Amino acid sequence: MSGANHVDIRTLSHPETATLEGKNKFLGFWFFLGGETVLFGTLFATFIALRNRVATGPSSQELFSLPLTFLSTIILLVSSLTSVFAVLAMKEYKIRQMQLWFWLTVVLGLAFLGLEITEFKEYVHEGLGYTTSAFSSSFYTLVGTHGCHVLFGVLWISALMIQSYKKGITTVTAPKYYVSALYWHFIDVVWVFIFTIVYLLGILGG
Amino acid sequence: MDTANRQSEMLDYIAKQRRKRDLQHYWVSFALMIVFTVLAFLAVYFRKSINDYLIAFFIVTMAVVQVIFQLYYFMHMKEKDHGFPALFLYGGAFVVFVTVLSFVTIVWIS
Repeated sequence: MSGANHVDIRTLSHPETATLEGKNKFLGFWFFLGGETVLFGTLFATFIALRNRVATGPSSQELFSLPLTFLSTIILLVSSLTSVFAVLAMKEYKIRQMQLWFWLTVVLGLAFLGLEITEFKEYVHEGLGYTTSAFSSSFYTLVGTHGCHVLFGVLWISALMIQSYKKGITTVTAPKYYVSALYWHFIDVVWVFIFTIVYLLGILGG
Repeated sequence: MDTANRQSEMLDYIAKQRRKRDLQHYWVSFALMIVFTVLAFLAVYFRKSINDYLIAFFIVTMAVVQVIFQLYYFMHMKEKDHGFPALFLYGGAFVVFVTVLSFVTIVWIS
């Protein structure tokens, strides 16, 4: 069917790393994720060192609630699953399925952001401003940076999906879809440590 | 049927089986991650009747195990050609470990 120097993309089981450019994007993105790990690590270290310095403001035990954190966690965990399904659909060249799963990821990401915004609003209402205490600054910086990553992921994946209606799944676009899903999983990895160290240990106290 | 055709059909079949297995792995990993999350929240929910240090140790362990599933299954680190990703990530994780360790032990905050 196909000519000697024309490869049918459907025969490739890994369209994301089929070209040198794709391989470089894959490698470069993992290098970036290593850097992101260090970025969040420093924010975690700062938070852990300062989490009991509440000055005159409210403490984590007075603020955090188990049900809300649990809901955010499940939303982000499900969105991680939908983005893994999107990549699976991409490898099968089912573009409609891929778009559906990625859009679902975006919707769940927006739901997570909505919850986080209402949560922060409530904390400010209860007297926890950004400059209230060392605890509040390190808390807002850590969780806020994660929230910014969620927002960026939502915008990035949305942009890729809008583009996908025009460009489809090619060796040029496949690395982008793949790498954006990696980014989304990484956001969930960071959240696992946030809900454990910030919220659960915060509720536990000490 | 010519050989090229038969060969491509066979490769198709293998790829399909592989995707089926991947799908199973994803569902199992997801179910396990939900279980780890629920266990961690339950441990904190029953904090009145369990030792605090035990809970802290338990929930951090649950987080690490859950992240391993996320990395190796959802982020495909178990697949081949993931030596450099592992190097980058563990390199970053090592820096994090040293930073957190120094912040909780020798950094002095008045």
